[in-house]
Amino acid sequence: MPELLSVKNLKIEATSYPPGEPPKVVTLVEGVSFDLQKGKVLGLIGESGAGKSTIGLSALAYGRGGCRIIGGEVLLNGRDILKLGRSGINSVRGAQVCYVAQSAAAAFNPAHKLGDQVIEASVRHGIVTRDEAEKRALYLFRVLGLPNPETFGDRYPHQVSGGQLQRAMTAMALCPNPELIVFDEPTTALDVTTQIDVLAAIKHAIEETHTAALYITHDLAVVAQVSDDIMVLRHGKTVEYGTTKQVIEAPKEDYTRALVSVRQTKRDEAADQSGTLLKIEHVHAGYANGFKVLHDVSMHLPKGQTLAIVGESGSGKSTLARVITGLLPPSEGRITFDGKELPKALKGRTNDELRRIQMIYQMADTAMNPRQTVRDIIGRPLSFYFSMHGARKTERVKELLDQIEMGPRFLDRYPAELSGGQKQRVAIARALAARPELILCDEPTSALDPLVAEGILNLLLRLQEETAVSYVFITHDIAIVRAIADSVAVMHRGRLVRFGPKSKVLSPPFDDYTDLLLKSVPEMEIGWLEKVLKTRRMESAGN
Amino acid sequence: MTGPVLTDGTAGEQPRSADLSGVPAKPNPTGADGEIGGTFWRRFVFRRPLVALIVQRLGLSVGLLFAVSLMIFGGIEALPGDFATTYLGQSATPQAVENIRKDLGLDRPWSERYLNWLGGAVKGDFGTSWASKNSVSEQIGNRLGNSLFLAFFAALISVPLAVGLGMLAVQFRNRMPDKIINVISLAAISLPEFFIGYLLIMFFAVKWGVATFPATVYESMSFTERLSAIALPVATLVLVVLAHMMRMTRAAILNVMSSAYVETAELKGLSTFRIIARHAAPNAVAPVINVIALNLAYLVVGVVVVEVVFVYPGMGQYMVDAVTVRDMPVVQACGLIFAAFYIFLNMAADILAILANPRLRHPR
Repeated sequence: MPELLSVKNLKIEATSYPPGEPPKVVTLVEGVSFDLQKGKVLGLIGESGAGKSTIGLSALAYGRGGCRIIGGEVLLNGRDILKLGRSGINSVRGAQVCYVAQSAAAAFNPAHKLGDQVIEASVRHGIVTRDEAEKRALYLFRVLGLPNPETFGDRYPHQVSGGQLQRAMTAMALCPNPELIVFDEPTTALDVTTQIDVLAAIKHAIEETHTAALYITHDLAVVAQVSDDIMVLRHGKTVEYGTTKQVIEAPKEDYTRALVSVRQTKRDEAADQSGTLLKIEHVHAGYANGFKVLHDVSMHLPKGQTLAIVGESGSGKSTLARVITGLLPPSEGRITFDGKELPKALKGRTNDELRRIQMIYQMADTAMNPRQTVRDIIGRPLSFYFSMHGARKTERVKELLDQIEMGPRFLDRYPAELSGGQKQRVAIARALAARPELILCDEPTSALDPLVAEGILNLLLRLQEETAVSYVFITHDIAIVRAIADSVAVMHRGRLVRFGPKSKVLSPPFDDYTDLLLKSVPEMEIGWLEKVLKTRRMESAGN
Repeated sequence: MTGPVLTDGTAGEQPRSADLSGVPAKPNPTGADGEIGGTFWRRFVFRRPLVALIVQRLGLSVGLLFAVSLMIFGGIEALPGDFATTYLGQSATPQAVENIRKDLGLDRPWSERYLNWLGGAVKGDFGTSWASKNSVSEQIGNRLGNSLFLAFFAALISVPLAVGLGMLAVQFRNRMPDKIINVISLAAISLPEFFIGYLLIMFFAVKWGVATFPATVYESMSFTERLSAIALPVATLVLVVLAHMMRMTRAAILNVMSSAYVETAELKGLSTFRIIARHAAPNAVAPVINVIALNLAYLVVGVVVVEVVFVYPGMGQYMVDAVTVRDMPVVQACGLIFAAFYIFLNMAADILAILANPRLRHPR
């Protein structure tokens, strides 16, 4: 069978401009080769910086942000698209090869209607007339399960949800009837319950249209559901390349094995959950415009333990964290900390009350001043809460750096000189510096690669053992809940759906929402998606 | 969409839409009556955010204008010196000063005079000049026409030039043409305008004799004569406002060109022209409009120095003359008109930027 896409010995470089240093040439991808046949799906998997997006874009002969393809061949139907001129490549892009970006919300132009954007490439390339393109778009909206397909195209990007946008982006890629689609993390930004729908829609659409695809993701469990072959990448080089079955069930390389077994840590809950550090009673909260986010939420957390709050975006879990910290005073209800009621608003709290509750954010990047060194960042709570200065302060900062397994050589680094995982560690050290009794962790690992995230989780668990600190851990990821929680609160649309010890919350009988949530988490098992969809269909038929 | 609007990030992506969340918070007094009004306004904001925002901008502008009128009047009250003493000079006996003050109504309380003045100003009557005894409105009508004539031609040249150069700079980003455009425009903005004015006069009028100076225009002049008279002041103004607009255009377009949706357009294989015209331009409009309006306002309001340098009979010179003789009705009128222009142009820019935002034009 002839190859549709054949990439040979690809080499990609970029020039980086570190501040205060001469420009550096960095090799992003080296010696990568693969073949893709018509109608097949190849999964590219690896952590951030592995070069998977860069490789995916090379199928469109495109280098993002100054990347240059300097070696190798990209043969599409036997023709090297790297050698085509500007107009030559433009007739390939959007016609033979299409691209689905990670964030459809950013990839759609906010100024134009979705329908116009979906058919733009087909019409512009003269593949079909406008009428035919509109008909095809309608067909694709139906195949992808979008609501009101007849009028969906008249809406603007900001008028539909993230999951719908991601499906619209897939429709946009499928519309010109291309031979190849590059999916770049199409479900990463979505909630699990949405992800499964989009995943199913993409898989169904690929099968319907016999389009070949490159599927890029960092989640092995996701790629196992859609691809025929898998290529594992690290630092721009191929680690392992084989059929999906072989890579998932019998990985040859250590790195692949680590990826397969990641997120399988489980911890037993604390036996005694009687004592109480934090108690939330009948809390209602909303924003100034009258939008009510939390309805009658109650839960509690024993000393030295972890309460996981699970929910999707919009469930109100981050709002609850803001209420606990006092950033958003609740309209009703009360919060008791260590037996004493906390003043509702931040302004009313004493320094000591502030000190005892610290926070870690999802984006360590934006939660740190880029112009302060690690020493300043960690040292700030020391001088603020404990009036520490000079050598004593430096000593304590070094101690904290040891605790987060980083060491004193990081003292004078700026956040920009740290990796994502290191930044999150510094953020943890900053929280620890205040010697808090409770740390609110707002999705601290969801922006990190799986292996790095696991390191952070283990660090948090170790710190809990050493310092008996309690965590409220906000997450959308059930695997994390299994790994770290003692008790679990499931939230949905601002209401508490389920609360109790982990073993009870995560075992049947379930309520409908928890059931859906648990079933939507991809498992590292080929055919899992079909199985779930089948049970869903049977259930809806049964109803 | 299932989630709450404010937490899932949909409101945070465009700077303008931050206004959406800002609006409902403001008209929210906590009194019993205020609650009802607040709820109505809130509901209105959710249903018709566009109309609500425009109504709010209009209201703000009117309020601002009143505040400015109060400040102008108060500021002039607080000024040292007095028209009567300046006017009478050597012959200022206490009795003569008292008489003049009485004639001008200065013996009445300031609040009464303020309300009188404001009442007239709303109807377009700014009273009579103390120095010339003529109607201020009539005199200003002429002068304002001249100032607007100057500003109009300066805008006509500078706005397209700035936007064009900005686009050119984007096209050749970080290469020679971009750098040259940047250096020249920066040099022009760094020099004080009177200095540029005198430089132009020295070279074009004195040394080479290709332009006319002074730039005074009369009733009897033909249109072409007027144009040639204002060539140098227009050139000065263009040089002063060009850099700011050019650099903002460049930044706005560059910002949009690096966005994900322009990448999407490129990956659709569209032509460069279509990418810029259809995908980049509509999203770069708002910031560019803002900076253009700011500079247009400057062209009307900030011309005082240029008019004096070129002896041009516009509002600026009129105001400066009035200040020297303490002719307060004229100073007040000029100040208020300048403020009105400034506020109006900024409000227009705000409203255009709001209209350019699809999130507000097409609410969920």
